[in-house]
Amino acid sequence: MEKWRATSRHLLRHFSKDLFDRRMSPSFGTFNRQLSSVATTIQRNPLFSSINSDDISHFKEILGEKNVIHDEEKLVTANMDWMRKYRGSSKLMLQPRTTEEVSQILKYCNSRCLAVVPQGGNTGLVGGSVPVFDEVIISTSSMSKIVSFDKVSGILVCEAGCILENLVSFLDNQGFIMPLDLGAKGSCQIGGNVSTNAGGLRLVRYGSLHGNVLGLEVVLANGTVLDMLRTLRKDNTGYDLKHLFIGSEGSLGIVSKVSMLTPPKLSSVNLAFLACKDYSSCQKLLLAAKRKLGEILSAFEFLDTQALDLVLKHLEGARNPLPTSMHNFYILMETTGSNESYDKEKLEAFLLHSMEGGLISDGVLAQDINQASSFWHIREGLPEALMKAGAVYKYDLSLPVEKMYDLVEEMRIRLGPAANVVGYGHLGDSNLHLNISTPQYDDAILAQIEPFVYEWTSKHHGSISAEHGLGLMKADKIFYSKSPETVSIILVGSYLLPKSLCIDIVLLLAFKSISMTKFP
Amino acid sequence: MVAIKRVVDYAVKIRVKPDKTGVETTKVKMSMNPFCEIALEEALRMKEAGLASEVVAVSMGPPKCVDTLRTGLAMGADRGIHVDVLGALQPLSVAKLLKALVDSEKPGLLILGKQAIDDDCNQTGQLVAGLLSWPQGTLLPSTDLRLNQPRYATLPNILKAKSKVIKKCTPEELNVPIKSDLETVQVTEPPHRKAGVILSSVDELV
Repeated sequence: MEKWRATSRHLLRHFSKDLFDRRMSPSFGTFNRQLSSVATTIQRNPLFSSINSDDISHFKEILGEKNVIHDEEKLVTANMDWMRKYRGSSKLMLQPRTTEEVSQILKYCNSRCLAVVPQGGNTGLVGGSVPVFDEVIISTSSMSKIVSFDKVSGILVCEAGCILENLVSFLDNQGFIMPLDLGAKGSCQIGGNVSTNAGGLRLVRYGSLHGNVLGLEVVLANGTVLDMLRTLRKDNTGYDLKHLFIGSEGSLGIVSKVSMLTPPKLSSVNLAFLACKDYSSCQKLLLAAKRKLGEILSAFEFLDTQALDLVLKHLEGARNPLPTSMHNFYILMETTGSNESYDKEKLEAFLLHSMEGGLISDGVLAQDINQASSFWHIREGLPEALMKAGAVYKYDLSLPVEKMYDLVEEMRIRLGPAANVVGYGHLGDSNLHLNISTPQYDDAILAQIEPFVYEWTSKHHGSISAEHGLGLMKADKIFYSKSPETVSIILVGSYLLPKSLCIDIVLLLAFKSISMTKFP
Repeated sequence: MVAIKRVVDYAVKIRVKPDKTGVETTKVKMSMNPFCEIALEEALRMKEAGLASEVVAVSMGPPKCVDTLRTGLAMGADRGIHVDVLGALQPLSVAKLLKALVDSEKPGLLILGKQAIDDDCNQTGQLVAGLLSWPQGTLLPSTDLRLNQPRYATLPNILKAKSKVIKKCTPEELNVPIKSDLETVQVTEPPHRKAGVILSSVDELV
């Protein structure tokens, strides 16, 4: 631990403007990628060592031959993010099977000054799950056991590498569900979900992970295992440290186990795909739904007509639920309750009333699970459809609900016919997914988008990253949503823990911004 | 006239009841049989093309069948008939009931889904045709999954469906005695597929 402190202070001394202003040639990745200007100004910190054959032998001793991957071909996927925007040059990936192995690896890396990056399902959208340079990738994929499940309380304890969809299937058999649901559920792992404080489609009903995670087991950068894995609903015995790790994006430690409260699976689920003539109706519908459907509302998503068009064009198997007419906005609204006939009656009455009141111009109600899946396919398939359409500039913003769509319209005016500006997201949580689709990546277009989007968001006191996290993409944008005082405390506070090496980059970038402004 | 059946939703993972007398159906999502849905869609298209003047949906079973009939009405059927019967219905009984209904309602065409996904019998169509001495085209009008894509139930149609009529009748009123000739002895899951074994050479196999 002491050695770490020394190293940290050492690193601090290197935070000079010179170090950062030195531009480096983009030596990583090509691939159509338009990286935000950030990464091209970071230099690989010379204090970090490089992997040598002794290191590899040592890891093989700890993990066994199979779980140490240093074959370049096999590392290609691990080095690149899902968006194909960020490519690292790691030469080594480790796949520990137990917390003890993670601890040993980190202890060793710490002693050798080897940079690491934790990687789960690699479904992150901000370049936070892949190496920036040649960090060692520590994959949690082999830690995928379910440790325990209490059928009475619904408390699940599992390892960080459990894939979300697998947890959903397991819980389904027990009569429970996961409190979060995302399009990436087939690949994303719970450790990563927790580390990024993932939101998803059901946050409006079940709340965020800060409420549902009851405990964590985390391995710190020097190998110390922090056991905060409780299964208690209430525990007011001092600062609740686990909250620091939820959403910390791997910067403070590697999550190895998660204890989560899971809601019971309710039998009556209804899904409606609705059309609204303008954004104001969407907002009024949301308010009415919260009031009239109240406790049974479980999801409230919106997409604009550009989003629907894109999906119908690029996503396989997508079918327009309202083919007979064009509408401006679409809402996907789900209810979950315990009484089928009561819920259906309540929902139908609400929908018909809303239609009579002019809030909804048309809509369909899914009559079976297949129809419901096809409606969700449209909403969940948007990221994939956007990738297929060409280059995409993706922004995940929290904004006051009445202002949300104004930004989409302003971007349309700003960019003109050069780009297809698409808006969708978790209307129930005031979270806009602004996506700008163009045939190719183009610096000129990026210049029109950034920093305008961030400035606009900041002006309305919104968040420049509602649920995706900062990662490499937005690390230096933190000041658009957090005051310098807050950030300085975050930074200082983070040095109290043995720091994970990888996130030097994230924090360094944030710190760079601080060093540009005077702070008290 | 289209016969529609309320079955366990196609997408649900079926579980056998612990006492092995059948499949778990309580607290499980029930929906219209997919083949029946296609049959109904076809009937609606015929009406829209001017080939039929009215589409009548028929369902047999416990009171909950009315929900399935409502879906049918929301898709566009003009009226519904619910034959109130409790307990399991074998294809022959269904066929006899359908014959009775056809005799009283006199539809020009009877369309049935090819099979119900719960018992997979694929018998009712043929049985009814036999009873009625009507010509029957298996797989058309006994419909299979590739025939069409059923429409969704839109809100305006759901509203209209509320005022459509569902007539209730019983087997007694139709003069059809229901008796079951078949008895389910036991229901078990199919044996789990054993994991395959990867062999390194043909010799190992032999």
